[in-house]
Amino acid sequence: MPVLNGRELRIVGFLCNWCSYGGADTAGVARFDQPTDLRVIRVPCSGRIDPLFIAKAFMNGADGVLVSGCHPRDCHYAEGNYYARRRLEVFKQFISVLGIEPERFEYTWVSASEGQRWQEVVTKFTNQVHTLGPLAPIPEVALSQLAQTTGTDIREEA
Amino acid sequence: MRIGVFICHCGSNIEGTVDTAEVSRIARDYPEVAFATDTMYACSEPGQDGIIEAIGEHKLDGVVVASCTPRMHEATFRNTLERAGLNPYMFEMANIREHVSWIGKDREANTNKAADLVRMAVEKLRRNQPLIAKEFDINRRVLVIGGGVAGIQAALDCADAGLEVVMVERESTIGGKMAKLDKTFPTVDCSSCILGPRMVEIAQHPNITLYACSEVDGVSGYVGNFSVKIKKKARYVDWDKCTGCGECVEKCPSRKAPNTFDEKIGPGRAINIPFPQAIPKKATINAEYCIKLTKGKCGTCEKICPSNAIDFQQQDEIITEEVGAVVAATGYDLFDWTVYEEYGGGRYPDVITSLQYERLLSASGPTGGHVKRPSDGKEPKNVVFIQCVGSRDKSVGRPYCSGFCCMYTAKQAILTKDHIPDSTSYVFYMDIRAPGKLYDEFTRRAMEEYGAQYIRGRVAMVYPDGKGNMIVRGADTLMGRQVEVQADLVVLAVGVESAKNSPQLAEKLRISYDSYGFFMEGHPKLKPCETNTAGVYLAGACQGPKDIPASVAQGSAAASKVIGLFSKEKLKSDPQTANVDIKRCIGCGKCVLTCPFGAIKEVDFRGQPKAEVIETVCQGCGICSSTCPQGAIQLRHFTDNQILAEVEAICRF
Repeated sequence: MPVLNGRELRIVGFLCNWCSYGGADTAGVARFDQPTDLRVIRVPCSGRIDPLFIAKAFMNGADGVLVSGCHPRDCHYAEGNYYARRRLEVFKQFISVLGIEPERFEYTWVSASEGQRWQEVVTKFTNQVHTLGPLAPIPEVALSQLAQTTGTDIREEA
Repeated sequence: MRIGVFICHCGSNIEGTVDTAEVSRIARDYPEVAFATDTMYACSEPGQDGIIEAIGEHKLDGVVVASCTPRMHEATFRNTLERAGLNPYMFEMANIREHVSWIGKDREANTNKAADLVRMAVEKLRRNQPLIAKEFDINRRVLVIGGGVAGIQAALDCADAGLEVVMVERESTIGGKMAKLDKTFPTVDCSSCILGPRMVEIAQHPNITLYACSEVDGVSGYVGNFSVKIKKKARYVDWDKCTGCGECVEKCPSRKAPNTFDEKIGPGRAINIPFPQAIPKKATINAEYCIKLTKGKCGTCEKICPSNAIDFQQQDEIITEEVGAVVAATGYDLFDWTVYEEYGGGRYPDVITSLQYERLLSASGPTGGHVKRPSDGKEPKNVVFIQCVGSRDKSVGRPYCSGFCCMYTAKQAILTKDHIPDSTSYVFYMDIRAPGKLYDEFTRRAMEEYGAQYIRGRVAMVYPDGKGNMIVRGADTLMGRQVEVQADLVVLAVGVESAKNSPQLAEKLRISYDSYGFFMEGHPKLKPCETNTAGVYLAGACQGPKDIPASVAQGSAAASKVIGLFSKEKLKSDPQTANVDIKRCIGCGKCVLTCPFGAIKEVDFRGQPKAEVIETVCQGCGICSSTCPQGAIQLRHFTDNQILAEVEAICRF
């Protein structure tokens, strides 16, 4: 569905099944009110998230992307969130190269018991994205240059 | 593909803030959707029958249910599909309750969002493949971590059911906190009399192997086939030879060692047997205080031991046990009450913890069951109990109720009167929480029959009066005035916190823990002793504060879960595993290195190295998928294409 004009922006969430998805469920069960912009994609582990997914989301029109996993040391798969942390931190450094404000992307850790923390994270991030407003389309020139220098074309169809 | 979409009302839970009819109308226009409807309760029997009927009628080969969280009902609906003759993995869920209807009241925005989530599920489902679970063998042995009353119950239930049990206990004896108690509420029966026989049973049961003075060092593997490394800590006594006669303890000249079993109020020895009924009844040397081990002299115990059991050369030893399931029953520890400066912060000898008082009441304790206060050995006449020390107090980071302090304080007030008939007990409390069978009657007895003076209010300060007694100053909120009580002894009802190193153990077991360090159950109501890690179960206070009956019940419950798991011929593995496209794999080996489970091996394929997934070992995390530079290894059901299809489903419109 198109976003509700003037009220919502397009925010994509990638949540690990065991901690943050559970945390979002806990927030729901406790009826902690949250902004409605976020759409959650469930993945088994934050280590499953390829930074390419996030780049693709921005390219396709997302105004913000939020990634959340288990707290470091508390990964259901022992070490997946360590891989995630490294990849996502590097990606956050890189994102401005695409002409995207780094504040449009956050990664965080929320456990399954932290419903209240999830509410805070979502609310804060949504407000942050709203402050920036809608994301301008990424210039074709930037993408083709990127494709040339990195050898990866993120415009390719999935 | 012909997809059926079912939008659940969940009574008014979803329908209240989401226009489900509108969502199903929108869903009809989604690609490959052949049928869409809204339904009152999708998970109910008529709801499921409706899905089965629609599958037949509309020749559906994939189903999307938009309702609650998949963590709740994914398994339910997969079974529904199986009953309708479809592959259970041709199913996706959209979470429009926890993630939509329960977190916002804007019906328009919610309906819009729900339609988006359904679209994502449809797009993902279009790329699903039918999956078939593989079967694997189970090692029918169980590891019980912790030998308190919960672990003992779990171990005995499993062992009696014919399972081999390995029990690991950190201390030199099993029995846990219950072994330290004098009596138990609300029956006032003797704690060691009811626990003792069960401890002996642990020692004598042919199916149980006990490792005391040991800790779990590492856990690898998965449900049905765990491999556990157990560290047997050096105890400097050969337990095969030690008879537990206790001569060494009597003769040990190092008398400054803390007596941990007596909660540090009694005299300790560097070599010690915790208490007469200890299981195993063996001596252990505290290396920190042993004169021989610290200074190289002494060796009295070595000379005196009639069975030559002393071995100063002993080292930690690591042994490996293979098991199919794990029960964590690691109990709790007491809150460090010395942060309460207003209660003396540990400076006054006559301000003690409830567990120390328990040792003073116990016949096997340091005073032989005669209540004598620590400072001068005088029998106290006025005993003041202070409730909620480290419970229900946000200022010390412990906002939760420890659950059983009200009850043990009532018991201790009763026992105080029994021991010292001319004594008076005063209890400063916030609320009395006595919600168990015969519990409220018990606290009433303490007040009415035993004359305990209950004062509702917090204590502001405890200080010495200069004449050898303590003054407790607090508020009486019912009378609306300040009160001061002269006390010979002050007992603090110290709250419960998670056992030391709980987070570290949780990480080894790959289970979750909450912000206080208590282990997370699978579901707060419906899976109280399961965890999110298959094959790992919880019993007792490691999951949250619990009294003895609740711990025992959970111990039995955990055992029944293990027995249920092991009653299966074979276990089915989750088929949502990684899969290598051999044509794309370049044999770089990155996935082999990153897999946390060793589930990927390198194989030779016509002279070229290729990755291969061991399906029963793969846990489905997908770390390999995002590591592979070629996109050659894909996690089934969470492939790059599926996740990107979900991204597109929400972003492109």
